[in-house]
Amino acid sequence: MNVELTGAEIAIRCLQEEGVQCIFGYPGGAVLFIYDELFKQDKVRHILVRHEQAAIHAADGYARSSKNVGVALVTSGPGVTNAVTGIATAYMDSIPLVIISGQVPTAAIGLDAFQEVDTVGITRPCVKHNFLVKDVSELAMTMKKAFYIASTGRPGPVLVDIPKDVSQQLTQFVYPDKVTMRSYNPVTKGHSRQIKKALELILSAKRPMIYAGGGVILSNAAEQLTELTRALNFPCTNTLMGLGGFPATDKQSLGMLGMHGTYEANMAMQYCDVLIAVGARFDDRVIGNPKHFFNENRKIIHIDIDPSSISKRVRVDVPIVGDVLDVLKELLKLLKAEKKKPDSAALKEWWKQIDQWRERDCLKFDRTSKIIKPQKVIETLYEITKGDAFITSDVGQHQMWAAQFYKFDKPRRWINSGGLGTMGFGMPAAMGVQLANPKAKVACITGEASIQMCIQELSTCKQYHLPLKIVNLNNRYMGMVRQWQEFFHGNRYAESYMNALPDFVKLAESYGHVGMKIEKPEDVEGALKEAFKLKDQLVFLDFITDQTENVFPMVPGGKGLSEMILV
Amino acid sequence: MENESGALSRVAGLFSARGYNIESLTVAPTEDPTLSRMTLVTIGSDEVVEQVTKQLNKLIEVVKVIDLNEGNHIERELMLVKVRAIGAERDEIMRLTEIFRGSIIDVTTKSYTIELTGTSCKLDAFLKAIEPSAVLETVRTGACGIGRGEWVLRV
Ligand SMILES: Cc1cc2nc3c(=O)[nH]c(=O)nc-3n(C[C@H](O)[C@H](O)[C@H](O)COP(=O)(O)OP(=O)(O)OC[C@H]3O[C@@H](n4cnc5c(N)ncnc54)[C@H](O)[C@@H]3O)c2cc1C
Ligand SMILES: Cc1ncc(C[n+]2csc(CCOP(=O)(O)OP(=O)(O)O)c2C)c(N)n1
Ligand SMILES: [Mg+2]
Repeated sequence: MNVELTGAEIAIRCLQEEGVQCIFGYPGGAVLFIYDELFKQDKVRHILVRHEQAAIHAADGYARSSKNVGVALVTSGPGVTNAVTGIATAYMDSIPLVIISGQVPTAAIGLDAFQEVDTVGITRPCVKHNFLVKDVSELAMTMKKAFYIASTGRPGPVLVDIPKDVSQQLTQFVYPDKVTMRSYNPVTKGHSRQIKKALELILSAKRPMIYAGGGVILSNAAEQLTELTRALNFPCTNTLMGLGGFPATDKQSLGMLGMHGTYEANMAMQYCDVLIAVGARFDDRVIGNPKHFFNENRKIIHIDIDPSSISKRVRVDVPIVGDVLDVLKELLKLLKAEKKKPDSAALKEWWKQIDQWRERDCLKFDRTSKIIKPQKVIETLYEITKGDAFITSDVGQHQMWAAQFYKFDKPRRWINSGGLGTMGFGMPAAMGVQLANPKAKVACITGEASIQMCIQELSTCKQYHLPLKIVNLNNRYMGMVRQWQEFFHGNRYAESYMNALPDFVKLAESYGHVGMKIEKPEDVEGALKEAFKLKDQLVFLDFITDQTENVFPMVPGGKGLSEMILV
Repeated sequence: MENESGALSRVAGLFSARGYNIESLTVAPTEDPTLSRMTLVTIGSDEVVEQVTKQLNKLIEVVKVIDLNEGNHIERELMLVKVRAIGAERDEIMRLTEIFRGSIIDVTTKSYTIELTGTSCKLDAFLKAIEPSAVLETVRTGACGIGRGEWVLRV
């Protein structure tokens, strides 16, 4: 007979079986047995964060930059509630995570025990699924299911809540090598008749447009999307989540679309006659006012693995439920076998129109300013890193400038919170990115407000020698909030001025890092170069930027895509 | 759906989180004790019902969702109603119960408790037919439904 293992040992063994190398967490009473088992082994590395929110963001950044499932471990009660923001962030952006949380002993559940919260209840609306493990005999299977559910279909976070007594109970350990669930069978292959219909429509298009989202990144289909787009000579735009899914430096790229998308992308989106949506969910930040969007006639093809993403906000003509990768491969195969070619005369006209829109030069900014322009910082960062860094960001104007001015040619290089828009995401996510890609250049583009939401992680970065470059676009404002107040609330800047800021240089230094304050445009390049020369150091670059700069173009709330405010 | 604790709250949570309404909801284990069957009545445009169906299907513990309105189906609801029954009312209510094919399942000198099954409309009609002040208490299960004919819902 096999030896019996405790629930805690089993939990760790499951992680090993899944090939997990690195987890992020914070200990507490309910997970002490699990920490004890972590201590006794050396296959799974544990990164001790300074706040549970950061554990989840770090696991999230790890997942986004590596194609792996991110794993976090938190204790019951406040451990879990601190983690909720991180979990919701991952949920909104469909990121595969497994979160293990400790729970009070089964006998104490429901008795308002010390550090008890209804974890399954609290997290239910922001996880793909969650489990409360009531008996140690279910633990291995539950862990197997958690990884399976998190990483298949439309990915998402899955939480496994383990009561303390379950982590002590003994049972034999067998890790199942397969899991089948009658109630969960995500589709991967698209319907071939639908794909044929899509191709017919594609080849009949006079003003086509490819609109590619986060689904392309999640399904690792950037290569196929690029091949298809080039083969068709169609224009391609990416959502904020889809950046890098098609090379931004390609001449067929129109850049990002949506609220802060480019003029050419939004105009082409509005006036195309065939729209091919690939792993994108017609978010409200993307199509503006849906009524206005439908003032124009167009046929829509929509490829998405989640049927509920299709015809949710926008009725589509050719829905294809399936994995982007599978469907694009199938489309490419059909296209190669097809005699009919895209209408090149019509395409020529369409490109002429698009080039006219491009001439509007919607991302221009004052390059002669004596004050540092945030756009210039990003542009310089792009040049210095040769477009090859991993970039995380926080939420606000700096996020939009990062998306507009850093040209992502590769997938999984741009890591940000799009769906939930979580300030505080940037630095912990960058820690995860750096741990998943130890040799890579990793920069976090942030603002003086956002960075303070998880600033304590500077300590984690010191402990694990994570040489991040923190690019703080310090405008002394919650810039994005200030911009809305300027445009829509009569310049009344209610509570959006960031008073009593710390001296970020000294702050960085007090954590044992390097700090730099940059106040003049001519110093931007030198500072960034110097920072990246300090290969083994975290460098906090505090750029004092123009306070009044706004993000353009902008589609105001309730307006249509073609009704942008431009510079 | 899987007969697991928590599955019901996922469904209920989905409806409140997404702003769909629940007219009624009934659930009980099936002949296969690992499965529960739920009948849920909701009102919405075709688009909303389509989203409701898709969102329900997305719940991991939901095995299969069908919209009974897409085919012929039978719907039944059970109601227990306690009514005042004094003097002449006693005969009248008994007659009414017969007309509606209900049965009186508990009797006191002052009251009847009536059991009635049928479509929700029929139960409404019964209540309308009784003098309102005579209705002391009602309890209804909400509708449960099944497809007509030989067609069976299999998982
Ligand atoms: C301040 C701020 C401003 C913003 N402004 C903009 C803006 O101007 N423009 C913009 O685009 N966004 C903007 N956003 C982001 C926006 O809120 C949404 O997060 C984003 O538009 C959603 O991107 P997406 O449609 O690519 O969907 P995602 O959230 O990335 O969803 C991916 C979709 O792909 C599907 N999918 C997943 N995996 C697969 C697979 N393997 N195969 C097929 N399908 C799959 C999913 O089901 C889902 O429907 C902004 C956010 C913030 C915080
Ligand atoms: C946790 C959280 N709280 C509030 C908001 C609302 N919000 C969006 S952007 C923003 C301001 C961000 O300021 P800063 O980090 O300085 O970036 P800037 O816009 O100035 O570049 C705020 C408060 C949010 N997105 N997240
Ligand atoms: Mg700011």
